[in-house]
Order: sequence, then C-alpha cells, then structure tokens
Amino acid sequence: MTEPGRLPKWVDYGLLPALNLLAALLLAGGIIRLMGESPVAALKLLADGAGGSPESIGYTLYYATNFIFTGLAVAVAYHAGLFNIGAEGQAYIGGLGTGLVCLAVGHWPFWIVLPLAILAGAAGGAAWAFVPAWLQARRGSHIVITTIMFNFIASALMTYLLVNVLIRPGQQSPETREFAAASFMPVLPFFGAPLNLAFVVALGVAALVWIFIWRTRWGYAWRVAGANPSAAVYAGIHPDRVTLGAMLLSGALAGLLGLNELMGAQHRILLDFPGGAGFVGIAVALMGRNHPVGIVASAILFGALVQGGSQLSFDMPRVNRDMVVVIQGLVILFCGALEHMFRAPLVAWYRRRLEQSNPQSAIRNPQS
Amino acid sequence: MKLLRLLAAALSVATVATAKEFSPAIVYDFGGKFDRSFNQSASEGAERFKRDTGIAFREFEITNAAQREQVMAQLAKRGSDIIVAVGFTQASAVERVARQFPNVKFTIIDAVVDLPNVQSINFREQESSYLCGMAAALASKSGKIGFVGGMDIPLIRKFALGYVEGARHVRPDIEVFENMTGTTPAAWGDPTKGAELARSQFGRGADVVFHAAGATGIGVMQAAMDEGKLSIGCDSNQDYLHPGSVLTSAVKRVDVAVYKAFSDARAGTWKAGQLVLGLAEDGVDYSYDEHNRGILTPAIKARLDAAKADIIAGRIKVPEYRAP
Repeated sequence: MTEPGRLPKWVDYGLLPALNLLAALLLAGGIIRLMGESPVAALKLLADGAGGSPESIGYTLYYATNFIFTGLAVAVAYHAGLFNIGAEGQAYIGGLGTGLVCLAVGHWPFWIVLPLAILAGAAGGAAWAFVPAWLQARRGSHIVITTIMFNFIASALMTYLLVNVLIRPGQQSPETREFAAASFMPVLPFFGAPLNLAFVVALGVAALVWIFIWRTRWGYAWRVAGANPSAAVYAGIHPDRVTLGAMLLSGALAGLLGLNELMGAQHRILLDFPGGAGFVGIAVALMGRNHPVGIVASAILFGALVQGGSQLSFDMPRVNRDMVVVIQGLVILFCGALEHMFRAPLVAWYRRRLEQSNPQSAIRNPQS
Repeated sequence: MKLLRLLAAALSVATVATAKEFSPAIVYDFGGKFDRSFNQSASEGAERFKRDTGIAFREFEITNAAQREQVMAQLAKRGSDIIVAVGFTQASAVERVARQFPNVKFTIIDAVVDLPNVQSINFREQESSYLCGMAAALASKSGKIGFVGGMDIPLIRKFALGYVEGARHVRPDIEVFENMTGTTPAAWGDPTKGAELARSQFGRGADVVFHAAGATGIGVMQAAMDEGKLSIGCDSNQDYLHPGSVLTSAVKRVDVAVYKAFSDARAGTWKAGQLVLGLAEDGVDYSYDEHNRGILTPAIKARLDAAKADIIAGRIKVPEYRAP
C-alpha cells in the first residue's frame, strides 16, 4: 500500500498501465505471428474496429457502459475490503427488475419509467447481494464463495422464469415479449450503434460513486473498515454494517446493467444477457485502481477490446473468437496479475531520476 | 466452330464471374462451429456448398448477445446475398436486421421470423426423438432408460417429450430418467458433467441414454462406452464416435438446410416463408450405418421403419412440446 505513493500519479495511472497494455499486445502479436497472420495488420484491424468510425466508437462505448456499471460495483465492495465476484448474478437479477418495470408500465411516459427502472434495477441487484452480505456479516461465510454460488442460483432462477413464466407464448425462444416502444432508452444520435442514454447514466453514477467514497463520512468509514477492520472497530465503525451497506450498493450498481443491455439494446429480457460483464468488471476495477476515473477509462479499453476483437475475427477469420478471448486474457493477466512486474523497475528508475535531479547532481548534469 | 467455342468460353467466364459475386454468409450460435453437433452440422453444409461450387462464404461465431445484430448488419452492408442464422436465439436479431435490409435474404434455423425476406426452417425433432425412444426401449434390458439435456429450454423439452412418448409406445411401463446439465449456456459444452449425469443414470439402472446437449453429449457417450452401456447421439450422426456403443443418433439435417438455403439463393429459387422438415422431408431421421449395424438389430430396425412409415402417413401422431 505504501508503494504507489513513491511514484507520481502520471506514472502510476498512466505509464504503468500503458506499459502493461503494450506488453500484453506484444505477446498477443507474437501469437498471431505464430498463427501465420500479420500482427501489424491484426492490430490495425483491432484499433480500426474499436475506434475507426463513429459506429465502432458507438459500439465500444456501448460495451463499455456495461463494464462501467459492473466495474464500479466491484470497486465499491473492494474499498470496504470485500471481493464481490457476484456482479454477474446481481446484474442478471437487477435486469429482471428493470425488465419487469418495462413490461408492466412501459407504455407510461419515459421520464416516469426511467426512474422506476433505475430503482427496480438497483433494488434487484441489491437484493441479490443482500444474502451473501448478510451471511458474511453475521455468519462469516466467505463472500467470494457465496457470491459465486449466487451467480449460479441467479442463472437457474432466470432460466426457470424465462422458460416457464415470462416466455412470450407461441414460440421457442426463452425470452419475454418486446417492451413498449415508449420505454426504450433513447439512442444517442450520430453513432449509428446501440449506444444510448445509459452511457450518460453510467458516467453520472461514476461521479456519484467518487463523491460517495471520497467525500462522505460513510465512504470514509467503508474505506477505513476495508483497510483495517480492527482499527475501524476501535474508531467506532461497525464492520458488519459496512459489509451490508457496501454489498447492497455494490449489487445496486451491478443491477443497473439492464438499463443499457435491456432497455437500451435488446428491448426484452433474454437468457444470459449480462454475458460475462460481471466478471469483466473485476478486471476493469483492478485495472482502474478502483477509482471511478480509472474504471471509466479501463471500461472503455475493455469495450474497445470486445468491439475491436469482434471486428478482428470478422475480417481475419483465422483469428477466431477464442483467440480474441486470449488477447483479452493477456491484457487482464498483465494489468492485474503481473502488475508488479514493471512496478519495481519503474520505482527504481524513478528514484534514480529523483537523485539525479537534486541540486548537486543538477550542477553536474545540467541537461537533466 | 472456333467462334462457337470462344462464345462458350466467354459464356462460362461470364457465369463464373456472376457466380463469384454471389456471397453467402452464416452466423453460428454460442456453441461454436466445432461443437460436433448442431452448429457443426450447419458448418458442414456451408463447407459442402463451398466444395461443390467453389464459392467462399463468410462466417462468424457469436460471443455475446449484442454481436448478433451487429454482425448481421455488417454482413448485409458488405454485400452478403444470403445470411443463414443458426439457432433460435438469433430470432430477434434477424427480425430487426431483416427489416433494415429488405433486399438481403435471411434464413433462420430453429425459429420463426415472419417477414417477407426471411425463410424460417424448423425441424420436427420430436419425430426422430420418438424413433430413438423406441430404439432405446427395444434395446433396453432393464426397462430403464435415460435422457440428458443441455439446458431446460423448450427446444430440449421437445426432444425429451418425443423420446419418452416413443419409449412408452413400445413399453408403456418403461421408466425414464431425465436430467438437464445446467442453467447457463456453459451447459452445452460440459462433457465432464455430461459423463457424471450419464453415470448416475446408469447407477439407477438405466442401460440406454439419449443426449440432446451439444458438446456435453460427448461425455455422455464416453461414459456409456466406459460402462458398457448404450448411448444415442444427437443432431449429427455420432455413431462413429464409439462404434458398438452408440445405438443410433437422432439426426437433424441442419447441413442440408444450410446447403439448400445457399444453393437456392444462388439459383434464384430461394423462397421466404416457413419450412418445417420432419421424417417425411428427410429433415430428421435416425441413423443406421456400418458403425451401429451390430447393435441396432434387424428386429429393432424393422419396428423403427414401420413406425417411421406410420408417422409419415399420419397413423402415429407424435405430440409436440408447446411452450407455456
């Protein structure tokens, strides 16, 4: 925890992730070379596919919207010392809430439906996070295990509901009828992609999370409890309440994914709509250093990888979808697990630079 | 004469040139084109078209829900003449993209989309499952048989219902164990769990087990092979996987559907609307080849063929699962 302080912010938040990303892309390029394709052409396709046209930028930001919600969810729990692996299930059940609002009262004016849908999504996600949180706080059941299990329970519940209860009659596909058109999230013009108002909501939510974590007493209490539970108790903070509160907020944030995916794009509830965004959110939070600005940035990076990757496999059939997952995996590996690989040399390099730039060495070496 | 030959050559060049411009595309579902089952069968149809005509096709494997629409729209924009969407999950994407591109032909398999430029191909899976249920009941010595499905969705219930009805048709007192592999799409690609479910059914006394679970079924058939029991394959003809242990396969000719969609579109005979392929249309069938000749005895085969004729003639009504 002391190490980041030794590096200036631009190195910690800019240079280091850039180096990690570069290393991941180099390795991925090597693998593409082994497959007999040109790594340069592949990288160009990837970059072009992610940001080469308004449409591809729109898709990148559309995917990023999901990752912002789940990344914030993971980060909020992380600040309170909790590792929430259950964003996937919370997003699934949150989406159920959003979807049910749209199915029930979707014909109402949009500006009434929207707050209801946000509330229902947040409530669904929070409800799904509540049980693991309660078990952790009162029974000490480890949150990692219980949230993983709740992902499976969520998916079993949703399969049951979509196959038996909510299915649109007279067809095979386990999905609901289409929402009323009035409840569709307005699509942002110009892009020609499903990028919609939910992206703006996500940015607003990111700002609110920043205010909450760093500018309120509650946020402070959560961070204290996360950093040192015994010190928190000594300071009069109840760790149980922090666990419950942080997980409820975390689940609520994940639950908003339905705003983008269901209200914004699919316009119906369908099987497995979170599509792994809950797990990508873990990588997004890790890479974004659990800071809303970092999370938005890394969510856009992951959105670009998804969108650029799908373009890559579209135009270069030999790089199939599994290869795209490998590239994404390498980015996660380098930015998460191997993060310290470049940190130690960078810290050493920076210390040397500091020594060089003190007055004595400055005289000896004026150009530095 | 020379002129005529020149003309013929020019003509053939011209036809080749127009043929080259024909650009078909196929979009697979989550299972991926190498699932040895449903998607792979579709891929084989497309590959066969490429071999026969020399016309390349574009293909794409889906990884998330939003990609479906994106990819189809892109294929349409890049000048694909026909886009085959494999799997019922693509229905809503086809519906939207087909509206946007009324001049592009779409063929969807396993779902119905009612638009003037969409052809919907569905199969009567219950008919082949019915025959496989009969085969299972006739081959079973214990009077207990099993079914392993992928996910509990209407399509798989359709398989299960046909299977149970077929088995009861020959042995009203037969006991059928039914298990589904999972609740996430991972259930289509989990051979380990498939093997476990099959073993638990064998443990309860079953001696024939039918799978409708995509790549998960590989494990089901392996477990049957290991325990000296019988299995029944699905979608593709899987008899060759374990000769002597795979009793038969409920074949679903997705490959024929894809091939026909491509070649009809090329010849200009492609028609929008609904096509339902059953036993009568050779869309579904049970498999019989050199790999299962030893276990699918002439007596069983005779019963199956008689039932097949009865189903085609309408003398046996196979119930179809209806979604609630």
